[in-house]
Amino acid sequence: MNQQFSYDIAHLIGATVLMAGFSLLYQRRLFAVLNSFAFQALALAAAAAWQAHVQDAPHLYFTAAIALLFKAIAVPFALHWLVERLGIHRAVETALSIGWTMIVGVALVALSIMLVLPVTAAAAALTRESLALAMSVVLLGMLMMITRRNAVTQVVGFMALENGLILAAVSAKGMPLVVEISIAFSVLVAMTLFGIFFFRIRERFDSLDVAYLESYRGDRS
Amino acid sequence: MLIAGALLSLPLLALFAVLAGGRHSGHSITYAGCFVAAIALLAGGLTYLGGHDASPRLVLPLGLPWLKAHFRIDNLSALFMLMINLGAAAASAFAVGYSRHLPQRRRVTPFYPLFLLAMNLVLMADDAFTFLVSWEFMSLASWLMVVSDHTEEENRRAGNVYLIMAAFGTFCLLPAFGLMAGPGGDFTFDAMRIKDLGLMGGFLVALLAILGAGSKAGLVPLHAWLPLAHPAAPSHVSALMSGVMTKVALYGMIRILLDLHGTLSWHWGAGLMLVGGITAVMGVLYAVLQDDLKTLLAYSTVENIGVAVIGLGLAIAFKGDGQTELAALALVASLYHMANHSVFKTLLFLGAGAVISATGHRSLTVLGGLLKRMPWTGTTFLVGAAAISALPPLNGFVSEWLILQSLFKGPAMPHWAMKFGVPVVAAFLALAAALAATCFVRAYGIAFLGRPRSTDAAQATEVSFGMRLSMVVLAVLCVVLGVIPVTVTDALSHAVQPLTGTQFAVSADLGWPWLSPVSATRGAYSGTILVMFGLALFAITIFAVHRLGTQAIRRADPWDCGHPEDIPQTQYTSQSFAQPLRRAFGHTIFKARETVVMPEPGDDAPATHKVTMFDPIWSGLYAPLGRVIGWIADHVNRLQYLTVRGYLLMMFLTLVFMLLVVAVRQQL
Repeated sequence: MNQQFSYDIAHLIGATVLMAGFSLLYQRRLFAVLNSFAFQALALAAAAAWQAHVQDAPHLYFTAAIALLFKAIAVPFALHWLVERLGIHRAVETALSIGWTMIVGVALVALSIMLVLPVTAAAAALTRESLALAMSVVLLGMLMMITRRNAVTQVVGFMALENGLILAAVSAKGMPLVVEISIAFSVLVAMTLFGIFFFRIRERFDSLDVAYLESYRGDRS
Repeated sequence: MLIAGALLSLPLLALFAVLAGGRHSGHSITYAGCFVAAIALLAGGLTYLGGHDASPRLVLPLGLPWLKAHFRIDNLSALFMLMINLGAAAASAFAVGYSRHLPQRRRVTPFYPLFLLAMNLVLMADDAFTFLVSWEFMSLASWLMVVSDHTEEENRRAGNVYLIMAAFGTFCLLPAFGLMAGPGGDFTFDAMRIKDLGLMGGFLVALLAILGAGSKAGLVPLHAWLPLAHPAAPSHVSALMSGVMTKVALYGMIRILLDLHGTLSWHWGAGLMLVGGITAVMGVLYAVLQDDLKTLLAYSTVENIGVAVIGLGLAIAFKGDGQTELAALALVASLYHMANHSVFKTLLFLGAGAVISATGHRSLTVLGGLLKRMPWTGTTFLVGAAAISALPPLNGFVSEWLILQSLFKGPAMPHWAMKFGVPVVAAFLALAAALAATCFVRAYGIAFLGRPRSTDAAQATEVSFGMRLSMVVLAVLCVVLGVIPVTVTDALSHAVQPLTGTQFAVSADLGWPWLSPVSATRGAYSGTILVMFGLALFAITIFAVHRLGTQAIRRADPWDCGHPEDIPQTQYTSQSFAQPLRRAFGHTIFKARETVVMPEPGDDAPATHKVTMFDPIWSGLYAPLGRVIGWIADHVNRLQYLTVRGYLLMMFLTLVFMLLVVAVRQQL
């Protein structure tokens, strides 16, 4: 197996993660968002596994396993269950229309490619393009957090952002496992927090729209 | 040892003042202790003056763990220690008696020793960290005393403005020192002296130092806080702030510009000189129109700082041009004026304090005739007023004369800007000196001469012995510093030599009593001989009048001084005395307008005379600035009420913007 082939596969999987990021932005239904997220996590797990194979770094298999079990299976199921259990409105409420979001997303991808490719001119080709892809995924995750009103979609955006970070982490050679574990744990903590958060919002306001929180801020005159 | 002991005793005195609570004796003992400490520091400073260049350095493990506190007393520090502790000793001695009359003394006394401590530490600091901490400590200690009488709206406003301006000053000095320390972060002054600042760094350091130290010293247009804050404090503190703390500010300016900065071009000197000239004229113009005795004195401080800064600017210009001998002359003149000002301004503020404690008033409108009731205060105040008006043979004359003499050497500079600029500044200085004389004729004449304008003034009694003593000592010093000018300039030249590189030698031409900065044939002055001659003339005149004049006794009505009616209202008031000047200068500068409001026909109310003035610097610079800051604050305030998504959006946009900047820079 020559090097070029391994690069191509790595880029293919990375691009799949990115496409899943766009697909997250495109969905109009909450369950579809969750499915897209599961798909993205699956692609991430594949990327990590492929890197583990190519770099001959067995600890990355562990990362792939975390991504697969935790992000691609546990989290989407948990959120699915939450949405059903709470009877949340199933449509995605957008702050910026889907079309515009896609255009901005494309611009962000262009920006990150423009930015990363010259900066990492000295680095290995594999790292360079994967970093550009990872950064695009991060930016798209942030974009999702901003342009979607519903708290569930914000959580998903946040975790998509984490996916981007992990993609960057596995693409760089020699990244120690400690980092991935800490990232996974931070997602876990965020998940727990947001879970509690949902229940509280649900209890108080019968809605998950974060705008309802704002009337409770003491400093608002 | 002596100095360390005195410095350590000051915080203990502050603690003692807190413990003493409201008892009179506790406050008196604290001030007496401050007096002893100031005398000790004065003696300590004297031992260092005229010492060697390699003054001992002291490094103490104080402050931040990786930055030790460095202390060093060189000639310049020693000289300023003399000025400061002299004023401090006099003010402390005065306060022993004066603090009895202060209702808010429990809020003043504990901070007084700390204020002294901070000022002395600024002078001794040998690294930027110690310097700035002491500087800020000095500001805060004095601020606490300014707002000690916080029940009055006026004082609260003074405190606010003072705090803002003090913060502004430190805000300027901080990056100035940071630039001098460089990225390595070596904050000792020794390292800063060696460091080359480069073109941009040198420019910024000089600008920031002038702004930072200048705002503390009260250079126009940064003076706005000074006439508010100095009079708001109790008089012994006003004396310290006006007479002494402004000198600490000038010390900071000299230390940075002439010592640490190293290479300043003559442009800075020229600019500083012009600012000094404008400060002098504006300060005295404000002063001459004031009705409040202490505000008048505070504005007069602005004027004198301007005069000293003219000398300082000239010294920098000469030094930048390589004419070190003339630079030494100008700097000696400037330092001489600072020393003089610290003596007579302290004296005048203490005199004002004596007037306030005797009458309870500080408005000239209700004073009058105090000389008869308070002969000691009146006489010493007269000496101070004459000295500040630059009358020979007192000290104020010598220093202003020296500054004028060095200005006359200005055309020796090769630059046309200086050739033309120097005479303009000399004209400013002459105008300021003349207006200062008017100002103090008015202040003294209205307050101490004539008839009392109120019952409080009529029933005033002389102040206690300790207060009188400190004023008398200062008045004697005013005379002494004026009579032996050469001794003073010799002492000053020790401090000047390391800064300008040349020993100042004026008395070489004509021998000891003659001060002849320019040449032996023109521009020579000897206070000593003048006084001896004057005394001789006085004796001869008295002898002639008594021996040669007629001995016959004549009886006649005494001259009624132009107001035959025996009511105080017929005298000049403080406003009417200032009217000619208000019309001549105030009309354009302060937009002073006088209107007479006539009563309606048939109405028997008196006609009233109304004067409206407005402060061009306050309404032209400070008020718009305040409005702009308020506007920005109002609009930035909205950021506190964004939604969660709004904050996320802001972070996102910031990130994208910064990424764009990086991306664009790469393409270039």
